[in-house]
Amino acid sequence: MTRVLLFGRLRDLAGWRETELTPASASLAELKRRLAEAWPDLGAALAGPGVQVAVDRALARGDVALRPEAEVAFMPPMSGG
Amino acid sequence: MITLTDQIFDPGAALTTFSAGRTESGAVASFLGIARGEAGAAAALELEAWPEFTTAEIEKIAAEASRRFSLHDVAIIHRTGEIAPGEAIVLVMTAAAHRREAFEACDFLMDYLKSRAPLWKKEHGPAGARWVEPTARDLADVARWER
Repeated sequence: MTRVLLFGRLRDLAGWRETELTPASASLAELKRRLAEAWPDLGAALAGPGVQVAVDRALARGDVALRPEAEVAFMPPMSGG
Repeated sequence: MITLTDQIFDPGAALTTFSAGRTESGAVASFLGIARGEAGAAAALELEAWPEFTTAEIEKIAAEASRRFSLHDVAIIHRTGEIAPGEAIVLVMTAAAHRREAFEACDFLMDYLKSRAPLWKKEHGPAGARWVEPTARDLADVARWER
C-alpha cells in the first residue's frame, strides 16, 4: 500500500488530500503513471514544473524506488510568510 | 523554537517572552507579517501546512540562519488555517550579539519562508479563490542568499 498526500492546488485538482493505493507502487515513476490514469488533471500537474516530491518525508529528485509502505507527498510551489 | 498555530497570536507578548532574560544578546530583531485586505479583493487567506514536515523543514531553515548569522536564538510563529485581513501571519524573532546579524537573519528567514517552507496560501475574495505562488521578486529575494 502506497500512501499519497497532496497539497495546495494539487489537492483541489484531484478532489482529495490523501489516499492509499493497493497494491503498492514500486517506483515514483510508476506511481505517477497510475495517478495520471485515474486523475488526468492531477497527472498533467504532476508532470509540470515546480512540483516537489517528498518520499517518506525526505525531498526526492528524479525517479526513486518506493518501499511497500511508502508515503509520497506531492507539493506545488510553496508560498508561506 | 518553531510554532505553527491555527489561532490568533499576540506578537507583543511573544516578543516580550523572547527578549526576556537576555544578558548577552545585544540585539533582538523581529519581523511581523500581516494579512493584507487588498482593498476588499482578499476577504481571507487560507494557509495549508503539513504540520510535522513543515515544522521540520522550517527547523532546518532556522538552523541554517543560526549558523550563518551566529544567532543566540531564533523563534518563528506561523499561522495556518483561515486568516482574516489585519491578522498576523508570521512572526520571526532573532537574537544576536549585534544588530546587523539580527536584522539580516530576519530578512534571510523571511525570504526562505516565502518560497522554501512547505506552506501553501490560498486567497479567497469576491472573484473566487486562487492559490498564491511565489512571485519573481520572491524567487529573486531567496536567490540573493545562494550566490
